[in-house]
Amino acid sequence: MNIHEYQAQELFTQFGVPCPAGKVASSRAAAEAAATELGGGKLVVKAQVHAGGRGKGTFKNGFQGGVHLGNSPTEIGEFAEKMIGQTLVTKQTGDEGKLVSKVMIGEAVSIEKEYYLAVLMDRESNSPVIVASTEGGMDIEEVAENTPEAIIREIVHPTLGLQAYNIRKLIKGLKFEKDQAKQFSKLIKSLYKLFIACDCSMVEINPMALTTDGQLICLDAKFGFDANALYRHPNIMAYRDLSEEDPREVEASKYDLNYIGLDGSIACLVNGAGLAMATMDIIKFSGGEPANFLDVGGGASEEQVTAAFNIIMGDPNVKGILVNIFGGIMDCEVIAKGIVEACKQTGLTLPLVVRLEGNNVVAGKEVLANSGLPIISADTLSEAAKKAVAAVNG
Amino acid sequence: MAILVDENTKLMVQGITGGFGGKHAGLSLDYGTQVVAGVTPGKGGLKFEHAVNDVPVFDTVEEAAKETGADATAIFVPPPFAADAILEAIDAKIPLICAITEGIPVMDMMKVKEALKGSSSRLIGPNCPGIVTPGHGENSHGGCRIGIAPGYIHKRGNVGVVSRSGTLTYEAVYQLTELGYGQSTCVGIGGDPINGTSHLDVLEMFNEDPETEAIIMIGEIGGNAEAEAARWAKENCKKPIAGFIAGATAPPGRTMGHAGAIVGGEEDTAEAKKAILRECGIAVADNPSEMAKALLEIWGK
Repeated sequence: MNIHEYQAQELFTQFGVPCPAGKVASSRAAAEAAATELGGGKLVVKAQVHAGGRGKGTFKNGFQGGVHLGNSPTEIGEFAEKMIGQTLVTKQTGDEGKLVSKVMIGEAVSIEKEYYLAVLMDRESNSPVIVASTEGGMDIEEVAENTPEAIIREIVHPTLGLQAYNIRKLIKGLKFEKDQAKQFSKLIKSLYKLFIACDCSMVEINPMALTTDGQLICLDAKFGFDANALYRHPNIMAYRDLSEEDPREVEASKYDLNYIGLDGSIACLVNGAGLAMATMDIIKFSGGEPANFLDVGGGASEEQVTAAFNIIMGDPNVKGILVNIFGGIMDCEVIAKGIVEACKQTGLTLPLVVRLEGNNVVAGKEVLANSGLPIISADTLSEAAKKAVAAVNG
Repeated sequence: MAILVDENTKLMVQGITGGFGGKHAGLSLDYGTQVVAGVTPGKGGLKFEHAVNDVPVFDTVEEAAKETGADATAIFVPPPFAADAILEAIDAKIPLICAITEGIPVMDMMKVKEALKGSSSRLIGPNCPGIVTPGHGENSHGGCRIGIAPGYIHKRGNVGVVSRSGTLTYEAVYQLTELGYGQSTCVGIGGDPINGTSHLDVLEMFNEDPETEAIIMIGEIGGNAEAEAARWAKENCKKPIAGFIAGATAPPGRTMGHAGAIVGGEEDTAEAKKAILRECGIAVADNPSEMAKALLEIWGK
């Protein structure tokens, strides 16, 4: 789950992580009022979408740039009016772009130097790790490649938490002295506290800026949250913006289906995440392109299969469907009946290849064969993929 | 022999009174596994009844172990309480803990992982299908089944199987059994980013196990556990290994069902892992239908 910049600023403020004062607005009038409350003067107005590259983006109404500096509340209001309700296309949004329904108005910061700072969950050490660099404001992966020595990695003990020595090492690596060292010490403590308290998987600040008046401040932040822990954070759940997500994925989640849309022509419906990935792989291996990842979990009930078919049929690229179920515990006959019913309910007309294996599979295949529906049956995963590719190409 | 569990293993089920835990405790009993105790806080004194079996239910893991001699536990506790259930089993010094639960928060697992250090317990999982050491009876009856795998697809034999994914493990086991090759033990280590036992840990055990003659290792995108295991195997494992890595078509940055299955950088793509496995002498199947076939080829069967 991603969150908006203004929501990230709310979290920072709540935990005492220094960031520019900002306000969110969803109309010109509100933007002007927010600018006035922030003291007028030089302010920045930013389109709120879950995508990077906003500054260099273009609105579909022709307006250039999703980030602008304004010198008065009126000017801020004018920019806001050109952004709100319009669709912004950036290098990360794809051609369809993203609808901007809110803008954030914030203090304009005069930057002396930019740093990179992130806290992440590290798989190798099973611990949080703090990653920092004096080379902020640019693509950190490029920095890692060209000047690996400019990147500091500090592993934090998983149960003892952030220690004074961790902070000293970071301060030395970032070459902070005196007042800035003190500021950083406070900042990283607050940031680490936020990371743990909110069950984050990642908080990436790029840049953390040193202002011309000597203040350390977090400018742009990217958050990742552990989906398994969201149940204990209703405040963060409330940040979820469904309009930013793929509507097919939103629909799938209502039925406990794990769906990820891709751009191929062969849809698949599989039980189990590993087998679902393997099914996508074998479609590709057999000369086709998968249209999605879809894990129906252990059960594959009629209701789930019906919902899955409806989502799949909503994708205009899909030319055929491959169902691959390994019915270990589930009775294949029950699964087959569910598939047949789902076909009838959804009026499925696309070629459908079904590969069933496992418990009571003979009875299951009979149900499919006697259904009167043009279901193509396959015995192995390989055969199923070949038949699906042939059906789509034929 | 086999690894981790055999027909003498005495199993406890934490969460036996829940629908999912109860169903699979029953299936393990049907398979011939010694399910000797259940644990559900507040339900101590009840019996879990299944066919001719009456399994006593206890309030705590400690009591259950003391009264029944259970030496392994299966965890079917819902995600918010699962880490606590694992910690309780570690505290009670249960040698083998197998956590089936999917969806345990990473921060909770981070604490569990720390508690495992220096303890007398091994954790398998979480978010895993469990462990099966097939029995010698019909449909491999009489073996030890911990977790949720379909027991009947197995056959007692000499291939060790280790995998992050449930259904993909069943697929490999099924292929082996169909071709007439049985399994020593099948271990699902789970799809989460932090788990108790790695591919490498299981390879080490298979390498030491005289009954295991060949190994199938199934992995997926995300992390470097498969690469680490392959590099170890190149130096230390004399037994033939076949592998499969799922997720060649997964888009970067997306979590593919399993919390740990995500392409984060250039190193943890399926292609990068396959290349490392191949360099280390592992026969990698590009086609998941041919995992068993790839093993038989390198095994010279």
